[in-house]
Amino acid sequence: MSWFADMLGPWRGFAVTFRQMFRPKVTTQYPEEKRVKPQRFHGRHVLNRYPDGMEKCIGCELCAGICPARCIYVRGADNPPDAPVSPGERFGFVYEINMLRCIFCGMCVEACPTEAITMTHLFEMSVTDRDDAIYTKDELLVEPDGTPRHPQPAGPLIDLEELKLGNGWLRATASSGRAAFEGLVAWTPSATFGAEPPERGQTDADVDDGNEGA
Amino acid sequence: MSGLELLVVSGIKVVVAFAFLVLTVLVLVWVERRVVAFMQNRYGPNRAGPGGILQTLADGLKLFFKESMTPRKAQFLLYIAAPVLAVVTALLVFVVIPIGAPVTIGDTTYTLQVTDLDVGVLYILAISSLGVYAVALAGWSSGSKYPLLGSVRSAAQMISYEAALGLALVPVIMFSRTTSLAGIVEAQSGTFGGLLPAWNIVLLPSFVIFLIAGFAETNRAPFDLVEAEQEIVGGYHTEYSGMRFAFFFLAEYINMFNMAALTATFFLGGWNGPLFGPTWLRYVLPVIWFLIKSWVVVFLFIWARGTLPRIRYDQLMAFGWKRLIPVSLVWIMLAMVAIGVRRFGLPWA
Repeated sequence: MSWFADMLGPWRGFAVTFRQMFRPKVTTQYPEEKRVKPQRFHGRHVLNRYPDGMEKCIGCELCAGICPARCIYVRGADNPPDAPVSPGERFGFVYEINMLRCIFCGMCVEACPTEAITMTHLFEMSVTDRDDAIYTKDELLVEPDGTPRHPQPAGPLIDLEELKLGNGWLRATASSGRAAFEGLVAWTPSATFGAEPPERGQTDADVDDGNEGA
Repeated sequence: MSGLELLVVSGIKVVVAFAFLVLTVLVLVWVERRVVAFMQNRYGPNRAGPGGILQTLADGLKLFFKESMTPRKAQFLLYIAAPVLAVVTALLVFVVIPIGAPVTIGDTTYTLQVTDLDVGVLYILAISSLGVYAVALAGWSSGSKYPLLGSVRSAAQMISYEAALGLALVPVIMFSRTTSLAGIVEAQSGTFGGLLPAWNIVLLPSFVIFLIAGFAETNRAPFDLVEAEQEIVGGYHTEYSGMRFAFFFLAEYINMFNMAALTATFFLGGWNGPLFGPTWLRYVLPVIWFLIKSWVVVFLFIWARGTLPRIRYDQLMAFGWKRLIPVSLVWIMLAMVAIGVRRFGLPWA
């Protein structure tokens, strides 16, 4: 009967497709269900503050210099001596990112000497006007208490909690520059977040940042 | 029936048939996308309306509001005539398909088909041949190379498989002794020994050949070389957009449903099926049987598309001319012998 089995061979595919119809689906029903993003996901940028409310950005323009898409525009200015914006000589006076040009490579995060710019998990940034795609400092900089700002209101697509997630890329590259960072946690604490909890292989620096953690 | 009454009744039938076909296509496109998606462990369109059933309507509206582009080198008159011709020929095939048992109201009996032609089978073959013109003209008048290649392929394919399609129907006609579709359905109304319905599917080789040729005739997978995206972009309708493209799309799916309805009519007993209940139900049930049978064949079409890879062009031609046509010729001869024996007895008896 092997000739019979051979003859049926080409038709076995029909059984396969029929069977597959009753299998569970692999599609994620976005936006009702969202997939869990990797910890080091490259999403929208934020400009961080120290726990005391000072801006981390010192207006050095290294991020703009390294940006392969040339989407970052920064202009530094001298800190006013009586009311300094950042703990240093200068601060980021103008900070703009053109999100239509940005390729989300994260090199700005790597270049930043003060960990002022980091990436979050939010990627739903569609706009109806090209001008709206240029994020200014107003939108990038977090509130003094550490709450991120966003030009659009929260909705089924925009989960503002995602803006609070993840300095993962920073963790991988800061200080030692090695993905398998070992030793003490070496990044600076941020408003709201405080000191980030250590990753695998790291020990807690137990920095007293004056902020009762996230 | 007086002349005016005939006119009114025919008019109503035409409008109903048109509405039925357009509605069928709306559902058909959605069903195809959903079924193929399920076979690929996806959901398919499930957003517009309950279960996504309004997706086709949304797509149609989108196409309606889109710009219809015309290539500079197009032969304008033929370029805009081709999609119309495609839809018209697709609609015309449906005219002779009976979708239900004749309904008697008062003294008049109305057939549930737009018109019952005595030469129904020939009419169908003739009209579907005309459909090739739409494809050929569309490809040529676009003034572009891929549409031309696509239309040449398509015309060659449709002409080749039309021979097999027609030959597959010869035994059906011989056993039914009529070329009227209503007559063919009527001929399948009995049973074999009171058990099995006397459907023409017992002419299994004819059924198989007709189905395969039907796949090819409607340019569907695995014979969809006409639209082999990897090779010739969209085939003959590459240069069409907006409503003109929607016309080709509509024609394609009407043709698919027509082919399924014809398969049901020729081989699955058309609207024949068990009847019961009050009088009105006896008129409704045949329509339901017809629809169920047609949609089963539609499912076969979709199933084949979800399963089989596209075959190569030379394989397509070789299969048509060297396999299907000889097999159908042999089968016709066997059928002739069977009829002769039934009528005159065995030659040595």
